[in-house]
Amino acid sequence: MKTFSIGGLHLPENKLTAGQPVERLPLPAEVTLLLSQHIGAPARPIVKKGDTVMRGQLVAEPSGALSSAIHSPVCGTVSRIDTVKTPQGLSAEAIIIKTDESRPDALCSLSPCSDVVEATRAAGIVGMGGAAFPTPVKLTPPADTQPDTLIINAAECEPFLTCDHALMLADPDGVISGIRLIMQATGVNHCVIAIESNKPDAIKLLRRLTASIPGIEVMIMQPRYPQGGEKQLTEAVTGRMIASGKLPAAAGVIVHNVATARAIHRAVTLGEPLIERIVTVTGPALSRPGNYLAAIGTPLRTLIEAAGGLPENTGKVIIGGPMMGRAAATIDSFTVKGMSGILVLPSDLSSRQPEEPCIRCGRCVSACPMGLEPYLLSTYSRMNMTDEAIDALVANCIECGSCSYVCPSWRPLTDFIRIGKQRAISVLKSRKQS
Amino acid sequence: MWNVALALLPATAVALWQFGIGAAIVLTASIAGCMAVEYIINRFMLRRRFTLANGSAFLTGLLLALNLPSNLPVWTVLIGCIAAIGIGKMAFGGLGCNIFNPALVGRVFLLLSFPMLMTSWPLPAENIWNYTDATTGATILSILKSDPAAASSVGMTAELTGATGGSMGETGAVAILLGFIWLLWRRVISWHIPVSIIASVAILTAITGGNIAVELTAGGLLLGAVFMATDYVTSPMTHKGMIIYGLIIGIITVVIRRWGAYPEGVSFAILLGNGVTPLINLWCKPRRYGETGKRRAVA
Repeated sequence: MKTFSIGGLHLPENKLTAGQPVERLPLPAEVTLLLSQHIGAPARPIVKKGDTVMRGQLVAEPSGALSSAIHSPVCGTVSRIDTVKTPQGLSAEAIIIKTDESRPDALCSLSPCSDVVEATRAAGIVGMGGAAFPTPVKLTPPADTQPDTLIINAAECEPFLTCDHALMLADPDGVISGIRLIMQATGVNHCVIAIESNKPDAIKLLRRLTASIPGIEVMIMQPRYPQGGEKQLTEAVTGRMIASGKLPAAAGVIVHNVATARAIHRAVTLGEPLIERIVTVTGPALSRPGNYLAAIGTPLRTLIEAAGGLPENTGKVIIGGPMMGRAAATIDSFTVKGMSGILVLPSDLSSRQPEEPCIRCGRCVSACPMGLEPYLLSTYSRMNMTDEAIDALVANCIECGSCSYVCPSWRPLTDFIRIGKQRAISVLKSRKQS
Repeated sequence: MWNVALALLPATAVALWQFGIGAAIVLTASIAGCMAVEYIINRFMLRRRFTLANGSAFLTGLLLALNLPSNLPVWTVLIGCIAAIGIGKMAFGGLGCNIFNPALVGRVFLLLSFPMLMTSWPLPAENIWNYTDATTGATILSILKSDPAAASSVGMTAELTGATGGSMGETGAVAILLGFIWLLWRRVISWHIPVSIIASVAILTAITGGNIAVELTAGGLLLGAVFMATDYVTSPMTHKGMIIYGLIIGIITVVIRRWGAYPEGVSFAILLGNGVTPLINLWCKPRRYGETGKRRAVA
């Protein structure tokens, strides 16, 4: 079994919802589509208040090369375009559509398109592993690179999350079809589906279905966090490292999440834009944790209700997994394309211990998958020493949270490094301009 | 911290078994003294919050005691506590900020200030009920210093079980190794520092024609390699750095034992190793992901 070579942790898996089938939720009475739910410029609305829209109809178009289209997941009427809260508690523009119960649930298909990249752009597909990077950009690697391997990221190394696992079991044919489309679009003829060994049923199923397809192999990975990180997975699968500041294509690889591959299949073969996704709603105190297929823009409350309602002792709701996810400032928000999970943690599991002094035990250094020195970076950040932090490669941090997890003094290393990284990046940008 | 204290249990038991009442008095004085000094400095000088609960002062006191002869008067022990916690730790800013191992700062301070008291070693077993009036004798290393040929007369059983003269925690090799196994098993420390110290001492002893078994089991080598040199705060962060640090300590130990003025040099070697640790940390960076070649330093 392969894994990456620098740092990393073996975490308790806590996959409470592993093996649970995907359950489709009824369409919500109202969907709220955030205009900025991807990396890049926010989408530009092309509908106005009072417009009737079909399920699958384009409601906001990309406003630049690095942006993404947004489609309505329901048939209904645009009730308003308004400022709402993101799960992080920030204000953001959104299109709010009231679902029309009386109208048939017909899909307004995308116009047929044989070009995979164009179809992906028209369908508004973004990376579904969490980063939400516009997929068409990743499907067109720079001309000076020659990718030879497509890696399908099905590691799902985050504890608690099982949405990719459930997806592979529910629609393996869709995944494989999507893979073939990506291979066709990028001209890469070798694909590795990387799955951690804790999902033996998915490994077996995909092995059986890909046995007769040349060029596609299923690779079993040793469970290790953060294996699903693009850089770590690339090194684990191919042994090559992506030079810092470079794209994976520079190392000859293209990495896509398994759910993204399936979304590409739905867009190209069925003409269905990205209007729904599987969200793992989980937590030790929930009565019905599960993998729910929900329309993009579904209120978080609806999903938590479906999973049995918010337990009384809830301390934190985390959007994403426990390691990379961010605590929600409000649950009066809505799902987005890159949201893989909602984790409801009781207060005893989510409270922070008061921090103790750093004793330089070096556990953060051993755990860091980027080979950085988190104890040093977080101190630089606290002391506002941006130049030193840049020299110590703070910009390479992938914010995986491993350092905070292993720290015996409960120091919030990742939080401070994140602040220092943002400062460093803005300094580096202004330096580039001058 | 408490895991390390637990790992010191066998060595402490050997100390009590071999040196009796004296060991009990020195242990109590040292632990109480270190905790009191930390409390007083925190409360009245730095006005910081209470820090004794993290176990660091307790451990410093325990380690200091195990590095002292069991017939040391209480007032001397207390001076050692003030040097260890006050100068060795709190003067630098408390836990995590010190450059030198506090317990060794205390021990070396006493060794340089009270050389007579610190080098009269009670004979084991026969002094269970004696404290400062214990009968004393020379340690193997001081015998070897004056007569290198005496190595053949050393009884290895005594060396392994602790039935020999020396600082009260350093004599029982088996007990210290038990602690080492516990620390490795609980992943409190990695093997790198102890193994590189012990290996470099063994190799250098072999080259210079010494008796490897005696050099390894005698004096503070094992206690130092397992418990003192591995102190997180004062040792390097990366495995590569740890090995270099271990080599430095091993080499200096052998040099002092063979050619220096003192029969034993582990304490000095570790303190010198502590001193170069910041440099080692600067030099031995972890293996970076995706970085090739040297980066231009930002002016």
